[in-house]
Amino acid sequence: MRTITVVGASLAGLSAARALRAQEFAGRVIVLGDERHEPYDRPPLSKTFLDGSASLDDISLITSDDNLLDIDWRLGTRAAALDPSERAVVLDTGERVVTDGVVLATGARARKMPGPAGVHTLRTLDDALVLREELRQGGSVVVIGAGFIGAEVASTARRLGLDVTVVETLPTPMAGPLGVEMGQVCAGLHARNGVRLITGVPVSGLVGSSRVRAVRLADGREIPADIVVVGIGAVPNVEWLAGSGLTINGGVVTDARCITDIPEVVAVGDCASSFNDHAGTVIRLEHWTNALQQPKIAAASLLGRTSVHATRYSVPYFWSDQYGSRLQFAGHRRDGDEVEVVEGSLDMSFVAVYRRDSRPVAVLAVDQPRLFGRWRRELASEGVLS
Amino acid sequence: MIPVCALADIRPGEAVRVDGDPPISVFNVDGELYAIDDTCTHQDASLADGWLEGCLIECPLHASCFDLRTGQPTGPPAKVPVRTHEVVVQDGHVYVLAVAVPVTT
Repeated sequence: MRTITVVGASLAGLSAARALRAQEFAGRVIVLGDERHEPYDRPPLSKTFLDGSASLDDISLITSDDNLLDIDWRLGTRAAALDPSERAVVLDTGERVVTDGVVLATGARARKMPGPAGVHTLRTLDDALVLREELRQGGSVVVIGAGFIGAEVASTARRLGLDVTVVETLPTPMAGPLGVEMGQVCAGLHARNGVRLITGVPVSGLVGSSRVRAVRLADGREIPADIVVVGIGAVPNVEWLAGSGLTINGGVVTDARCITDIPEVVAVGDCASSFNDHAGTVIRLEHWTNALQQPKIAAASLLGRTSVHATRYSVPYFWSDQYGSRLQFAGHRRDGDEVEVVEGSLDMSFVAVYRRDSRPVAVLAVDQPRLFGRWRRELASEGVLS
Repeated sequence: MIPVCALADIRPGEAVRVDGDPPISVFNVDGELYAIDDTCTHQDASLADGWLEGCLIECPLHASCFDLRTGQPTGPPAKVPVRTHEVVVQDGHVYVLAVAVPVTT
C-alpha cells in the first residue's frame, strides 16, 4: 500500500494515523476531518472544559511527536462517498482522494431535537464553546436525557451554580448499560447534589418561539428553562457509505480485526460494529478506550501484520465523572445478569459485580479505582463469553 | 533517601506507594524496580492502582499510559510526563533517592 486515507480526525482517526506510523507504514497518510479543529479530547467537553477549568490547549490531543509523523491533515473536509471500484474517497466538493487503503473513523453525532435558540446538544468542541458561554449567563437548565452525557452536563451546570432539572423518558436512567438496579443507584447522585430528576415521562415539546422558555412533558407539566441540553444519544456517521457495498448494521460491520467486507477498508471507533471477543458478538461501542485501542488492531490488519493486542482491551471499559464521583464500568451486561455489591455501600463508594451463570461478566465501581482495576483484570482473564 | 519497604514486599507486577508530597510509587517489573511520581499528570489518580504491563503503567481512571523507565506518556489523555526517581536496594530494603531525575520532554 502506498496511500492510506483515514476518514475522521478525532481520537480514533488520530490513533489510526499514529498506529500506521508506529507499525512502520512509510507511505502517504491522509487524514480527513469534517471539523475545523485539530484532534481534541471529547470527555472534558461535558466536564472540565465546560466549567472553564480546562483550556483548548489542555484538551488538544496533538503532541510534538505528532509533527514528526508526516501526516497530511485535511481538516474542515467532509467525505461524501466511498467508491471502492475506483479506490477513492469522494469529498463533498466532488474531489476524489485516490487511496489504496481506508480507515473509517467517522464517529457519531449527537441525536438532535429541533427547537428554538437556547436548545443545545453536546458532542463537538463548537457545541461546547456555545454551551459554555450560555451556562456563564446563569439561569435554569433542563437536561433532556439522564444518560452519561446528560448526567455530566447536569453535574457541571450545578457546580456552576445553575438551577438544574433532568428529565428522562425511561423509568430508570442508564438502565441499558447498568441495569435497573444500578441505574437507580447512580441516578441517586442527582438528588444528593441538588438536581431534580423526573423519570418515566417523555418530553412532548419545547416551548418558546425566538428562545426556549420551557420543556413540556407528556403529562402536561411545563418545566421552565433558560437553557435546554438534549442528551438523548448518538447516531453513527455511516450514511455517507450508502452504495459503497459495505454492510451497515448500526455501524459498519467488521470482524474482530476491524476488517469490513472490503479487505482494504477497516472501520474503528463509534462508527464500527465489530465482533468483540469478550461479548462473543458484534457490538458497537461508543467508548473512549475503544476509539483509542481499536485503530491499533485495524492498522495491523491493513498492513498485513499480526497485531499484538493486550487482552484487556477486548473488555469494554468506560468511565463517567459526575458530581465529584468516579463511575467506572467494564464488561458487557445483558438483561438477566445478576448484580451483587461486593464492596462498600451504595450511598458512598462501592463495587458491584454482574454475573451470568455465576461467571463475572461486568463490573461497576463508584470511587473504587483500585478494586475496580482488579475486577477488570479478572474479566480480561475470563476470556470469551457465551 | 526515602525508605519504601522490604524488597520482599514488592512482588513482581505490583507497586508500593509512599505517601508524601508528592506521593511516589515503586513498581516491580519482573524483578526490576522503577520509581515514579504516583499521581497521574492528567487527573488526580494513583498510578500504583493502575494496570502494569511490561514497563507501562496504565492509569486506573482514564487509561493514560506511562513508561516507567522514562516517565513519558505513551498515549492520551496525559501529555505531561511523570517524574522518575532512582531506586536503591540496601540490605534487603528499598529506598527512593529524594532527588528527582529531571523531566526530559
